[in-house]
Order: sequence, then structure tokens, then C-alpha cells
Amino acid sequence: MKRYAIPLGIFAILLVFLGVGLRLKPQEVPSPFIGKPAPAFKLSQLEQADRTFSPQDMRGKVWLFNVWASWCTSCRAEHPVLVEFAKQAAVPIVGLNYMDVREDGSRWLDRFGNPYALSVFDADGKVGTDYGVYGVPETFVIDRQGNIRLKLTGPVTPEIIKNTLLPLIRELEHA
Amino acid sequence: MRKRFATLLLCAALAPASAQPDDATLDRRVERVTAELRCLVCQNQTIADSHAELALMLKRQVRDMLARGATDRQAIDFMVQRYGDFVLYRPPVKASTWLLWFGPFGLLLAGLALLFARLRARQFEPDNEESAA
Repeated sequence: MKRYAIPLGIFAILLVFLGVGLRLKPQEVPSPFIGKPAPAFKLSQLEQADRTFSPQDMRGKVWLFNVWASWCTSCRAEHPVLVEFAKQAAVPIVGLNYMDVREDGSRWLDRFGNPYALSVFDADGKVGTDYGVYGVPETFVIDRQGNIRLKLTGPVTPEIIKNTLLPLIRELEHA
Repeated sequence: MRKRFATLLLCAALAPASAQPDDATLDRRVERVTAELRCLVCQNQTIADSHAELALMLKRQVRDMLARGATDRQAIDFMVQRYGDFVLYRPPVKASTWLLWFGPFGLLLAGLALLFARLRARQFEPDNEESAA
């Protein structure tokens, strides 16, 4: 019996490593910004080019910052979910129109609906880089003090809204 | 007098050229810095090698920074601040990555220790050898 103990032990350890390895999601890079202030910026708004927006304007509110682009197919899939979610008016959503063309972005919103309180226009992706954006869509949850509390990579789904976003938003509103 | 004027003119003409780092050097530095950075879209490539839209954009940003006088270190730190350690193609040695760096050596040592223990046991008990069947 003792003869099998060591090989079995090694096998068990290998199994544990395999199990951990299978659960890793290398596509989801953890954000270094969690718990840190949302990077400051000042950008012109997409639909009203003469007006600007900066994260400071949202002080005292919990809000979502959603990165999107008219050229992005996953955003197209995510969009109806956001439009539906905006009807609940649970939280203001600000869009970051990322590396897009102004007319394309506006037309896209006209066609598919506009869930955003407003979108800012990030033509060269500089603000996206400041937020560590490496794909679209991405969504940040920002608290009343202006700190990033959560980052989601990939499309927001109804399940994520129900199980992750809404509980967190409620918690932050009462904080 | 005329000669001095000519010299002045020549200096004026050369001044901007000498203040600008020449392009080949800048190219080499951009290459060196982006070879240290991981492309987050195709994660097994460096930003230097990748042709993903994101990699090209970050390469442009690195170039801008270096051209404006940033050091290589500053350009790399700029990316780490935004994308975390994951953006480094060579993971840094710190508490959370010790297992990654030294784990294999640990396994090797454990194997050697086991081997020597076995050999020693065998030496002291010559008639207790396991049958090869």
C-alpha cells in the first residue's frame, strides 16, 4: 500500500494544478485600477461636440463607464442589453466611444438606441489607454468618491446585471 | 565677419537636427521597449511583433513618449500602471510570482532529495532489494 502512496500523492498534486489551470481565464486581465481613482480626462461629447465631460462631473453618484465602438461586433450584441438596462434607470451609464469616427458613432446610436446619459468621443484611444482598455466592450463601475470598483471585460449580459452589477450598485449607493 | 556669420548660419541649420534624436535610434528604442511588453489581444506575442490594432496604437504611444524625452523605464512603467504586471513579457520577481520562478527548481530539488534518500536506504539494506519482476 505504501508503495502507491507517493505516486498517488504526486498524481493528486498534478490534478490540483490541472484543475486550477483549467479555471484560469487568461483573456481576463485583472485591472490595476480596482479601488483606485478613475483616471481624470476631459473629452468632448459625441453628440454635442461643443460640450465636454470629465469624471469629476459625476462626483457623488455611482455610475457605469462603458467602452464601445461602432466597429465592434461584441458591442452590437451587448447593446440591446444596455438599452433594456437603461430603462430601469438604476444607474447612469456614460459611454466612451473608442477609436471611432464621430459620424459613425452617432449614426450607430440613432439606429440601435441610446442607453447612455452621454458618450464621450475618444478618437485616438488615449483615454482608453489611460483606463487600461485592451478590447471592446469593457465596463467600469465607479463609486461616489470617483474610485473604480469593478471592471468587466466583454459584453454585459442580463445575468451579469442581475448577479453582479445590481448588487454592487445597491451596496455602493448606500455606502 | 562674413566667416563668423556663415558659421552662425551653419550652427542654426544644424541645431534642430542635433536636438532631434535621429530616427534610427528612436526606432531601435521603440523596438526594445515594445519587445518587453505583452500584446493583450494576442497574448503570446510582444507588442513589437503583434499587428493587432491595440499593439500598433500602443507602439505609437511608446514612440511619442520616447520622442518627447521619456526614458525606456518610464515608457514601460506607463504601461504597467495601466495594464498591470500582465503587460510585462517577462514577469517580475516578487512574492506573488516566486512559485512561478522558483517552483521548477523546488521540484527538481525535491526529486533529487527523494532519489538520494532511496539510494541511501538501498545502501544500508543490501538484501532488501525489491525484485525487478
